[in-house]
Amino acid sequence: MEFKTYSSPHLPVSDSVSAMMQRVLLALSPGIAYICCIFGWGSLINILLASLSALVAEAAVLKLRQRPATTLLDGSALVTAVLLALALPPLVPWWIPVIGSLFAIVIAKQLYGGLGYNPFNPAMAGYVVLLISFPLELSLWPVPGAGLSLSDTLVHVFGAGLPADQTLDTLTMATPMDDIKMRLGLSQTLSEMQDSPLFGSFAGAQWEWINLWFMIGGLWLLQMRVIQWQIPAGMLGGLAFIAFVFYAINPDIYTSPLFQLFSGAAMLGAFFIATDPVSACTTPRGRLYYGLGIGLLTYLIRTWGGYPEGIAFAVLLMNMAAPTIDHYTRPRVFGHTN
Amino acid sequence: MVDSATSFRRPATLTFGHLETFHGGLKLAGHRELTAAKPILPAGVPPLLTLPLQQHIGTAAECLVQPGDAVYKGQLIARQVGRISAALHASSSGTVIAVEERPVPHPSGLHAPCIVIETDGLDQFHDTVPVALEYTRLQAGELCDHIRGAGIVGLGGAGFPTHVKLGCNTDGIELLLINAVECEPYIACDNRLMQERAAEVIEGVRILQHAVRPQNCIIAIEDGMPEAEAALRTVLAADNETGITVTRVPEIYPSGGERQLIRILTGREVPSQGFPADIGIICQNVGTAAAVYNAVIRRQPLLSRIVTVTGEGVLRPQNFETLIGTPVSHLIDCAGGYTQDVERLLIGGPMMGYAVTDDQIPVTKTMNCILAVTRTEMPPPPPAQPCIRCGKCTEVCPADLLPQQLYWYAHSSNLDAAQDYSLFDCIECGCCAYVCPSHIPLVQYYRHAKTEIWAREKRTMASDLARQRHEARLSRLDRIKQEREARMARKKQALAGNNVSSEIKKATIQAALERVKRKKQQAATTPKNVDNLTAEQQQLIAAADRRRQQKNKDNRTE
Repeated sequence: MEFKTYSSPHLPVSDSVSAMMQRVLLALSPGIAYICCIFGWGSLINILLASLSALVAEAAVLKLRQRPATTLLDGSALVTAVLLALALPPLVPWWIPVIGSLFAIVIAKQLYGGLGYNPFNPAMAGYVVLLISFPLELSLWPVPGAGLSLSDTLVHVFGAGLPADQTLDTLTMATPMDDIKMRLGLSQTLSEMQDSPLFGSFAGAQWEWINLWFMIGGLWLLQMRVIQWQIPAGMLGGLAFIAFVFYAINPDIYTSPLFQLFSGAAMLGAFFIATDPVSACTTPRGRLYYGLGIGLLTYLIRTWGGYPEGIAFAVLLMNMAAPTIDHYTRPRVFGHTN
Repeated sequence: MVDSATSFRRPATLTFGHLETFHGGLKLAGHRELTAAKPILPAGVPPLLTLPLQQHIGTAAECLVQPGDAVYKGQLIARQVGRISAALHASSSGTVIAVEERPVPHPSGLHAPCIVIETDGLDQFHDTVPVALEYTRLQAGELCDHIRGAGIVGLGGAGFPTHVKLGCNTDGIELLLINAVECEPYIACDNRLMQERAAEVIEGVRILQHAVRPQNCIIAIEDGMPEAEAALRTVLAADNETGITVTRVPEIYPSGGERQLIRILTGREVPSQGFPADIGIICQNVGTAAAVYNAVIRRQPLLSRIVTVTGEGVLRPQNFETLIGTPVSHLIDCAGGYTQDVERLLIGGPMMGYAVTDDQIPVTKTMNCILAVTRTEMPPPPPAQPCIRCGKCTEVCPADLLPQQLYWYAHSSNLDAAQDYSLFDCIECGCCAYVCPSHIPLVQYYRHAKTEIWAREKRTMASDLARQRHEARLSRLDRIKQEREARMARKKQALAGNNVSSEIKKATIQAALERVKRKKQQAATTPKNVDNLTAEQQQLIAAADRRRQQKNKDNRTE
């Protein structure tokens, strides 16, 4: 009889890309749930809009490139869309997530060759395009707890205006990080701000909890071995280190390492964005340096840059450095002397 | 890389008891319960034995028999050629019916020269009664010769001739390491061997100790074989003078790989292009030790081995004592035949073994496992997807390679870069491909790249040779041409010289003519002292004249 032949190893496969992506989405869900509790339905609508446009865009490009549709179902486009949506403020017009998603999938991912070939993190590329093109829309974060109802949010998102008793000014406010930067610019000191409601238990009000939930999801990903420790450890370590140095020099104008770690998108960035394997470094040591670079750059951009959050730029800058870092961080091969 | 063997860091002394680890590896389900608790059964004498001339690393053996020859069991039928080679013996008695190319166990269904024996069912040895060697009285070299004569090769899978390992640099061997770590799932032949023949194994190890004279001797056994370990310890407990230690190593694939095992036990790394002996270690498989026992005590060459026949694709999985050359199909019959839903037939374990298309191939010295599996047990691999650079392969690689970079380079046929990333340090253990979420057949890419590089080197060597020949021919033609030109030039010069100095020529001719004239005048001059001669003197002169004339005539005719 004729037997079938395949290449070794013959044991059944142990994992798949789609299973990994599903775990990433699952790990994001506590953070997403918490954001929705605080800021209302906006983020969920962003996620849906971004995901839908990402899938449509991916399907269209795959058809144009005459590639099998299997990669559509691997979940990678979905993860990109969700990460992009989470970076956006909850009350943005509908076309913001749609444009961002289209750019991320069509330009940043597929035009470079699709999954596995994109040199830049697609979600961050999409986000940066939006941030540069529509800075106003991307700065409007809602006042925590002052969320609109689902129907009011939908009406607003699709451009039919806000309820009569609400204005965008009453609904939105600067994020703690933004606010602190503005006040520091007005020569206030951090000790003067200490009692203001923008501080929570150990970092920015509410944002500390959002970060905590993303951190918990990220630790679970580590536990499940979907991601490895080097990039999160490098990024958080780098961010904490440089924050500590400046905090030690002058705690009145530089926020504490703890504040830095639990503000903005720090945890989302460390566990979910910087760990995008396609555009990151691949050697174990290289990943540590890569994370470290993102941490340091994030602090620099946050503290002295023109934008409130620096993670997207830091990630894209380190994406460019990744191949070089990989080249210089090859591990010593077994039985070789160096 | 040439100097890596010598420059490699080598700790001054070996310390034992503390186990090191190697990078990566996998925890795999054992699946050994299918056969590990059942006794080894004899597979019997099949009607036909097919013995490939090459069952080992090195040069193929040279056939010593012809079709029609009767052979007895244990008769040398093919001899070792060169140092790295192994002898081959008839594994049962019968008649040689063919010496020709037959299918042999190989991933590509290769045909290779084989000696085919039709067995007579008597399984008869030669008449002389063998006497066990008193090995303790033998020199290491003599012992090694006996082992060589028995055609023993490493039975763990690689098939490196045992006598070569024993013969190299045996002074200064610090550690004789007996590898009883059967780390691939499903395989249980060494496990059963130790359970059933612990005394033979230990005696075999002692013979090896005598041949190598190492400072230390360790039998490394895997965590998951308590029965085998207990059997070894029982034998060793009866005699505490052996100097043999049994050490348990964790059940992490591929801890049974020679390099990985040495790393676990000693913390040392075998240099990339080197051998364990370079760092003072000799490693032998536990089955090889038992074969050495057979060769020295029973005086039997390597005629059989234990083969695990397992998987859900056979009805009665079992370990079989199998004559070398037995068809795989015969062993399958011994195991009750195939199940209805058998789909794949593997030679070796599920991680490093290879799939074959049919079972009409013989058991060789290195075949430790025949694995027949069903579709549910090992479904066909899903289609490969693009690499997402997740790095899981890097995490599990026991050779500390970057499998993903190797894949990109192998995929794009960038062979130089693949070599630069140490492609040839890949042991093809399959860990990377097993964890790959994109289901890329990584090992296949590496094998392909290695084959390409070998082919390229062969081509380079051939073209180098051709170029050297071509250059030699050109230089030879050039030399001939130059010599001819030089000759012509000399001739020309001589001719040109004649034209210019005709005076000298005339003078030379003149001188020659005068020389001839003088000679003739001399010859014509009559001697002055021939007056008043006696008759006797006249006669003598006449005789001398005759002789001279005769001589002149002779000179002319010559």
